[in-house]
Amino acid sequence: MKAFIATCAALVASVLIGLPAMANEGVKLDRAPISPTDAASLQAGARTFVNYCLNCHSAGLVRYNSLKAIGLTEAQIKENLLFTGQKVGDMMNVAARAREQREWFGNAPPDLSVEARTRGVDWLYTYLRGFYRDPNTATGWNNRVFPNVAMPHAMWSLQGVAEGHTETVRIEGEEHHELVIGAAHGGSMNSVQYDQTVADLVNFMGWMAEPHAIERHNLGYLVLIVLSILILLTYLLKASYWKDVH
Amino acid sequence: MAAEKIVTTTGLLGWIDERFPASKMWKEHLSEYYAPKNFNFFYFFGSLALLVLVNQIVTGIFLTMHYKPDAAFAFASVEYIMREVSFGWLIRYMHSTGASAFFIVVYLHMFRGLLYGSYRKPRELIWIFGVIIFLMLMGEAFFGYLLPWGQMSFWGAQVIVNLFGAVPLIGPDLSLWIRGDYVVSDATLNRFFAFHVIALPLAICGLVAAHILALHEVGSNNPDGIEIKKTKDPVTGIPLDGIPFHPYYTVKDLFGVAVFLFVFAAIIFFGPEMGGYFLEANNFIPANPMQTPPHIAPVWYFTPFYSILRAVPPLFQSQFPGVACMGLSVMLFFLLPWLDRGAVRSVRYRGNHFKVWLALFVVSLLVLGYLGTEPTDVWGRFSAGIPVIGGSDVATWAARVLSVIYFAYFLLMPWYTRWDKTKPEPTRVTW
Repeated sequence: MKAFIATCAALVASVLIGLPAMANEGVKLDRAPISPTDAASLQAGARTFVNYCLNCHSAGLVRYNSLKAIGLTEAQIKENLLFTGQKVGDMMNVAARAREQREWFGNAPPDLSVEARTRGVDWLYTYLRGFYRDPNTATGWNNRVFPNVAMPHAMWSLQGVAEGHTETVRIEGEEHHELVIGAAHGGSMNSVQYDQTVADLVNFMGWMAEPHAIERHNLGYLVLIVLSILILLTYLLKASYWKDVH
Repeated sequence: MAAEKIVTTTGLLGWIDERFPASKMWKEHLSEYYAPKNFNFFYFFGSLALLVLVNQIVTGIFLTMHYKPDAAFAFASVEYIMREVSFGWLIRYMHSTGASAFFIVVYLHMFRGLLYGSYRKPRELIWIFGVIIFLMLMGEAFFGYLLPWGQMSFWGAQVIVNLFGAVPLIGPDLSLWIRGDYVVSDATLNRFFAFHVIALPLAICGLVAAHILALHEVGSNNPDGIEIKKTKDPVTGIPLDGIPFHPYYTVKDLFGVAVFLFVFAAIIFFGPEMGGYFLEANNFIPANPMQTPPHIAPVWYFTPFYSILRAVPPLFQSQFPGVACMGLSVMLFFLLPWLDRGAVRSVRYRGNHFKVWLALFVVSLLVLGYLGTEPTDVWGRFSAGIPVIGGSDVATWAARVLSVIYFAYFLLMPWYTRWDKTKPEPTRVTW
């Protein structure tokens, strides 16, 4: 048995050592500086989401009053987050129809309920800070994480406008095209404030994608403690029954 | 008229025993079922598989109460369970993690059989029932994976059903018949739901009963691969190396259950996606028939077989050889009892031929499994100057070599097991 395990381990090791390093494709993502337990950040994110995303994107799996879980009262939700005519028990849908949106953008904006689980929070954080001016696209905007994205920069009035251009550089004799993006200017926020706003927004989207994640972790510790005790008890039970087996 | 039966129990149990073999079954299958005393780590996985089966059925029942098998509502109904049903997220994660756990324990359970020759005479039927359960389980997992109606659900099902289209002559009609439509659609979702929640679970439960009945008919094998029934106590007729399943193995399995639940809970509560292997990120996008994802990978438990499928080159522009090889790679397990000609059962007394082949088999299965999760160009390409393999994917050739090793493990078994220099078996079990 030992010889068998050693043979397996040696074979697996030889295969793994032979693996060439995987090519690192795409843009390097910035780590989203978020704290899923920070209620103030989640609430700020909810406000940004409703004001800047929910005009075109729906979050049709999320009910407005489920936002009580991030510390908002029903009155606060009604006052600050609801559009005219909506009820607090409604889903976070948009008025615009998918067909109209397809005509405007060429693509219906995706529902964002679980977007953070598909893309990941780091992707969203980098993406929302990656818009730049590009006269060659239909909207006049482009994105360094998602090239030729159909969505224009919805938060440009906050971040301002960044210019981008492609530079050709030579590395080891080969030509590479590198995207160079300048600093954003003319927005109502400085870059620190804008990064914080995006971080809060992404934090909220992370919460929205799995509202019970915190509860899951908290319950998990309790369950593991109980199961540790069960392991101990069942081990003692087994040992006491088996002491007469020789 | 049957012979008058003697009932020794009294009271309520006596009343039942006169009408139903309650005490008799308890004795036959638990308190007087003598199992070898030298079971090791690998012998936990049979009872654990039973536990996971119960977990899947119970959580499955609760999921069905809120799930909607309708292409327009399925995705949202799963998220409804995750968000609005009380503890729905826990039930859903127990079910999705349970699917992967099922395959982990079943693969270890099957590996135990390979290690100690548990499939050999007189246990061929136990093994055959087991392989049928494994096939049913693959079907169950495949049908279940469509139900969340995400992008991977949809395109995974599309790819697998299209495989049947590669069967000569009847292929296109066959895949149409399975789907019930020209593409995977609401009709497909509904029938897969029917298979997933009743047809296959029913068959699996029946086969599990047959698997255990067959085991208790001939008795359990053990890590030494010797028959404990050969050395019995002359007075009682009980095998000297046997101990009653209850209480010895019930308490031992309880400990195994506690350890298993700890690991299971750790995954459910702290990493139910398991880095994308248990729940794929792409499956959080609703199914979209108009948009093919760039990389379609099946869930990890199918990937060794999927790798074999991809490794086989098409013949006369038909993918059928690959499909046939993939089918064969699973079916070959049925033949094991007759392919193995070794003088001993257990790896402990086998010679080096068997050990090396088993090691090669395990490694090829693991590496094929890894390759199946990745695109075929994961290891780059051979430079165009090399004859035959020039310009093709390195990983594809690796998968081809490993597939050959996988098949050789089975097909060469009659020879390498016979030629093996085995060690003498002990007469009594060792610890």
